[in-house]
Amino acid sequence: MSTLHTINKSPFSHATLSSCLQICGTQDGILLLEDGVFGALTSSPCIDELTAMIDAGVKVYALKGDVNARGLNEKIHAAIRLTDYNGFVQLSIEHKCVQSWY
Amino acid sequence: MNKAPAKKLLFISRHAPYGSSLAKDALDAVLASSAYDQQLSLLFMDDGVFQLLSNQSSTEIAQKSFSSILPVLPLYEINSIYVHYESLEKRQITINELVLDSVQIIDSAAICSLLAQQDQLLSF
Repeated sequence: MSTLHTINKSPFSHATLSSCLQICGTQDGILLLEDGVFGALTSSPCIDELTAMIDAGVKVYALKGDVNARGLNEKIHAAIRLTDYNGFVQLSIEHKCVQSWY
Repeated sequence: MNKAPAKKLLFISRHAPYGSSLAKDALDAVLASSAYDQQLSLLFMDDGVFQLLSNQSSTEIAQKSFSSILPVLPLYEINSIYVHYESLEKRQITINELVLDSVQIIDSAAICSLLAQQDQLLSF
């Protein structure tokens, strides 16, 4: 069974995304929200590890409202899927547990 | 009425002691939960491993020392206590500096499977 990891801090100033990537399983999902969406940028310090996890089967999402609010929609890495609050609810249901990294 | 089966709850404590209330809140929550006959485990990772240092003396900052709270965990039958190996290594903390001697030191891969076994995660 799998875990949904939520990240709400920028990887430019916090280690939460990096900690999450250390223990994330290939069946898991990652949702970037609030300042966590900076982790979806092509310039993110964790982008290589994040895309490696995507290649390994992890599904990575960013919350569209938070991306648009910060003017980042052109800067998001192509492998990261955008979702909305309904999608967030759906992801919470599809995964057995939610781990909030804050 | 049949008793509900025990749930597996994992408390994840990732913050340093004293600077915020999160570390203490995690211990309060795990001790309170011990009254309900569930399968409890506690994991220390990231700065949370600083809670485990043995020579803490917090009287000058008027807070209760984690060195004195943590040893009560086995008395509450909380015996599944895990510590993230890579978090210890990054902070150059050795096993003999830890206040608890019954902890299980586990690596990232083991934490990945530990999380996958739980019914509920509580994050502090």
